[in-house]
Amino acid sequence: MWRIIHQLGSPKGFYTLSARLQPWVWAAAALLMLIGGLWGLLYAPADYQQGDSFRIIYVHVPAAFLAQSIFVGLAVAAVVFLVWKIKVADMAASVMAPFGAGMTFVALFSGAVWGVPTWGTWWVWDARLTSMLILLFLYIGIIALRGAYAHRDSGSRAASVLAIVGVINIPIIKYSVEWWNTLHQPATFSITERPAMPAEMWLPLLLMVVGFYCFCIALTLMRTRNEILRRESSKRWVRDLVRGQ
Amino acid sequence: MAFDSVSSFLAMGGYAAYVWPAWGVTLALLVGAVIHARAERRLLMRDLKRRERRQTHVSSKEGVDAS
Repeated sequence: MWRIIHQLGSPKGFYTLSARLQPWVWAAAALLMLIGGLWGLLYAPADYQQGDSFRIIYVHVPAAFLAQSIFVGLAVAAVVFLVWKIKVADMAASVMAPFGAGMTFVALFSGAVWGVPTWGTWWVWDARLTSMLILLFLYIGIIALRGAYAHRDSGSRAASVLAIVGVINIPIIKYSVEWWNTLHQPATFSITERPAMPAEMWLPLLLMVVGFYCFCIALTLMRTRNEILRRESSKRWVRDLVRGQ
Repeated sequence: MAFDSVSSFLAMGGYAAYVWPAWGVTLALLVGAVIHARAERRLLMRDLKRRERRQTHVSSKEGVDAS
């Protein structure tokens, strides 16, 4: 276990290990999302109140989960980078941020589109929606800050600090539906309670959520490998690798 | 199966204008992310190979060992 963590910490070790891992994670993501997606669109029964509009849940909830999880991932990577000077953590953070921003946008967009038939409005300034919008701005800020410095290391540090400070928004998003009166409904899934919908509805959702997580891991592996090649391009092992291709 | 025909599936019980844009944007973003990551890798490899060839070329002209 420790050996694997140690190996993941070095760019070369990460590059080799991720090559073996990557195809499996992609396959899992494709399979889960295909089954979950078709099940949710075709076989799950229509909601007795919302009709077929509820099928938006199968993209909305996984995207919203990822939007928040990726931000926590950014903050963890930032600590690992700042405290232990592990460069791979910063490389992973740099490729996770744009995808996190994308997932936040998807969650906001699908939520807005869903809001029209169910709430009668696409946007309200309530706690959940506003804190998700702030999350999108935090992502954009982190991406912009990283690019704003002439020296890459300064950009990495600044982005890391913003990720660590910004993570305070995550519990605010999570508990926003409990602390304030919001239009947004409380969490659909919790670890301690059974979901308040039939299994034919929540099982495909579970598959989609796990599938989205696999997709995120696979994409992060793939793009971190690119980032490693870019940043380590003058290193001996990368030059050997390029020559061998 | 929750729908009895292709047209009723596409109609989404009257919610087509909401369900399909939400799914469409999600799918577009996921597919776009994969295409981008693959293109990034291809371009990067091309650049690295070009640079490697140039460096090997320069050092062999100078009579220095390429390594």
